[in-house]
Amino acid sequence: MKQEDRDIYYTKGLSIPETPEPGKEPEPWGKTNVIGKARPRIDAYERVSGAAIYPSDVLMAHTLYGAVLRCPHPHAVVKKVDTKKAEAMPGVRSVISASTPGADLRWPYSKEMSAKLFDPHCRFEGEAVAAVAAETPYQAMDALAAIHVEYEVKPFVVDERKALEPGAPPVHEGGNRVGKKNLYERGDIEKGFAQADVVLEQTYRTECELHTPLELHGCVAHWDGDQLVIHESTQGVYAVQARVAQVLGLPLSKVRVIGHYMGGGFGSKLQASKYTIIASILARKTGRPVKLFLTREETYLCVGNRPPANMKLKAGVKKDGTLTALDFSCSGTGGAYPAGGTSLVDWLVRDLYTCPNVRTEAADIFINAGPARPFRAPGHPQGAWALEQMLDALAVALNMDPVELRLKNIPTYSQAREGNPPYTTTGLKECLEEGARAFRWKETKQEIDNTPREGHVRRGVGMASCLWVVGGGGPPSTVIVKLFSDGSVNLNMGASDIGTGTKTVMAMVVSEELGVKPDMIQIEHADTGTTQYATPSGGSKTVPTEAPAVRSAAIHVKQQLLKLAGEDLGVDPSDLRFQGDAIASRTDGSKMIEVKQLSGLKKRGVVVGVGYRGPNPQGKVVNPFAAQFCEVEVNTRTGEVRLLRFLGANESGRVMDRLTFDNQVYGGITMGVGLAMTEFRVLDRNTGKMVNKNWHDYKLPTALDVPPEMVSLPIEFRDTEANNTGAKGLGEPVTIPTAAAIANAVYHATGVRVTDTPINPYRLSAIFAERFKEV
Amino acid sequence: MEEKKGRFAVTRRGFLGTLGAGAVVAVATTSGLATGAGKETAMTDPEEMTRIKLRINGKVHRLLVEPRWSLLFVLREVIGLTAAKEGCGRGECGACTVLIDSVPRYACLTLAVEAEGTEIVTPEGLMEGESLGPVQQAFLEHDAFQCGYCTSGQVMAVEGLLRSRPDPSLDEIRKGLSGNLCRCGAYTHIFEAAKRAARLKGGSR
Repeated sequence: MKQEDRDIYYTKGLSIPETPEPGKEPEPWGKTNVIGKARPRIDAYERVSGAAIYPSDVLMAHTLYGAVLRCPHPHAVVKKVDTKKAEAMPGVRSVISASTPGADLRWPYSKEMSAKLFDPHCRFEGEAVAAVAAETPYQAMDALAAIHVEYEVKPFVVDERKALEPGAPPVHEGGNRVGKKNLYERGDIEKGFAQADVVLEQTYRTECELHTPLELHGCVAHWDGDQLVIHESTQGVYAVQARVAQVLGLPLSKVRVIGHYMGGGFGSKLQASKYTIIASILARKTGRPVKLFLTREETYLCVGNRPPANMKLKAGVKKDGTLTALDFSCSGTGGAYPAGGTSLVDWLVRDLYTCPNVRTEAADIFINAGPARPFRAPGHPQGAWALEQMLDALAVALNMDPVELRLKNIPTYSQAREGNPPYTTTGLKECLEEGARAFRWKETKQEIDNTPREGHVRRGVGMASCLWVVGGGGPPSTVIVKLFSDGSVNLNMGASDIGTGTKTVMAMVVSEELGVKPDMIQIEHADTGTTQYATPSGGSKTVPTEAPAVRSAAIHVKQQLLKLAGEDLGVDPSDLRFQGDAIASRTDGSKMIEVKQLSGLKKRGVVVGVGYRGPNPQGKVVNPFAAQFCEVEVNTRTGEVRLLRFLGANESGRVMDRLTFDNQVYGGITMGVGLAMTEFRVLDRNTGKMVNKNWHDYKLPTALDVPPEMVSLPIEFRDTEANNTGAKGLGEPVTIPTAAAIANAVYHATGVRVTDTPINPYRLSAIFAERFKEV
Repeated sequence: MEEKKGRFAVTRRGFLGTLGAGAVVAVATTSGLATGAGKETAMTDPEEMTRIKLRINGKVHRLLVEPRWSLLFVLREVIGLTAAKEGCGRGECGACTVLIDSVPRYACLTLAVEAEGTEIVTPEGLMEGESLGPVQQAFLEHDAFQCGYCTSGQVMAVEGLLRSRPDPSLDEIRKGLSGNLCRCGAYTHIFEAAKRAARLKGGSR
């Protein structure tokens, strides 16, 4: 190590932020030294070298491999499970099913509805029936194949559009409606339509999408005496701990969940799953660690999805572009148990644009399919698919630029919330204006419009915008920053880094406040045994939740150091401030002491700072905003769409790390490309089974599907009210407008409005063929 | 079917006979192939282990394996080289990509017994001691990952690409990486990292 690499502080000649007096809020950062720079990740070495130990990499001595037998039918009752043959097979150490002592547990599917861990009534393909633990995963699979199950196969319904028809097989007693319809209304919708110069109405549908993160869902579970230790691929160790403790009837202190690294979740790993309980029981029965990771196929069936959405939107607008009325209805399904099948699908209709008269209704329906789970910006990309295509159609009808139309209807406060609270910042206008400028929206559009439409390859541009309903974060969060006697630092927090760069951003916050190099910060996180309580990483709230707590913890350390320095120097701490790696008097230049020379620090060996996430501003709403622009090329003979370029303009408050910021933007667009063009669940109408439960038939965007040119344009607002770092969420708004922007570009290129996902060659060529026939 | 003796410890035909019980059933139902093979080769007990030598990252490992074990299973769970990841176990995602004789291959679709006699390189083998190799360094600099789970495979795909094309175009990079899924969608940064890696390795672009 070179000497300069050993230096703990970077602050030679630089100042660090002023330290507020105890109990006072810090000033917003001015010019920053670390925050906002493009900094490679603090754990990049581990991730690119292969040294990072993901939960599925955990290798413990004497480990057994678990596997779960799942119901192959969409709806069946288990009559008999015969495990005798499986139990006698080589390497098989435990077989469990509903009748196994200790396995008769309740599994809460939602607040209102629970089932058994191995429930005889299987309401979806992939419900757990039995499980094994064996010496190798191969032997475990052999054993599963040898378990004989007698099923009484029942009638099923797997299409929510048919599930309310008379005679449709009920998923649960009491019918297929999940509670009452969700209704919202403001203003007078009929009056609104009467005021409109143009009224359009259209139906839309988005298909069901699966999360399929690269790391399979699963865990390694073992018992240390009566303490259960679980290494789980999760977005929230504390959420898993709570659920496991509840189901197994254990005190929280007896369940330790560790999830240092994890290979993606996108919402599907916010909660515990049955497999964690199953692995824990198998580990208990065998007295050995059990590694239980699902197969890829299983992850398509039982660990969540983005529900399909059937939407209808009627919109009224005046000649000048003022929206007068929006009437929206949707139906969807969370699968076989209540899981928010239409959750937040209507939010953008309610709140994105100024509109005095709005009505929405949402009907959630049961079907015989795996329960949904939150999926990156739940409800929003679906709602945007409808609303943003409608705005595009209204603009065409008004002969107005779609950017202009949106700019006419920008709200400064949340219309859908009680009391119409204002946003702390709303960068929607700037996202639209600056995004359009950087994309050369007007020029490109004009150039395309002025070019004669010849040949079968047509070019088009499209755009869409959004907000994200949360993304401001909030309490609770507790963070500890420990300063060692040489001035280097340990950061202790419970939050998971799901790949967004949480650890890196938090280290940058500590670095900004304390002047310690990010590399000199050791991070301990995502372990219920050793780190502080944190809510799961999701909802684009991890940075705005955790970063302010981290900043407060670092400030708490500084306050204590100033006090120690005051004792050593014989001056009042209020006269002291940090200067490089030392603390000096503001008034007397001779009074100065290096941090590592502080006698109190030497004596104690450590200074411990504790930070809590304070409350959000009262009466205000903290939301991120975004707009996306794209250019496409459509082959009207083959139906192929080539994405030429994409631009994402995001107002998420302060940019924390420019490198991970841009990465989120590109990643969000890529995922949106999947919703728009390649991803859809197919449930066979004859068997009720999913027929494309693999990555060959359920296609994710590959390196060949993303646009070769991607631009990230941060619209950086200093949001001084949101929290003490000024950062808002980013990970979800980046994917909300993408699919709609692509649909709008395809319309611009071809004059065809594709109102149902996916926009793939199959669908497009059928539409083009039909259109051709009409001419 | 022509047999290659020498390169594989078991011949292809012999290998059919050594498959595990489940696979034998599958083979037996597929007409001529199995009856021919079955007559000449005695059925092996599925529990019987095969002795193989694998050359991984320049070091020879002597191993006892079940003939049905994948190279990925042996790397990760037997030897403990966990950089290569399992994303699907059936050749869909590329998270398990390793180099076999310098060509990127899916370790989940390669049987361990089949890999005998080849030169296997895993991400651990790209390290120079504790220092990152050039492709890994480029991935670090360009933030060419998010969750990092597909990253080992992406790194190996770029390494393999650069070994055959030291100076690839963007199109070649996109094609070279098209067998490796990244659900986080870090492709844009991965392309940049691939270009940077080519420079670090001495290409000119």
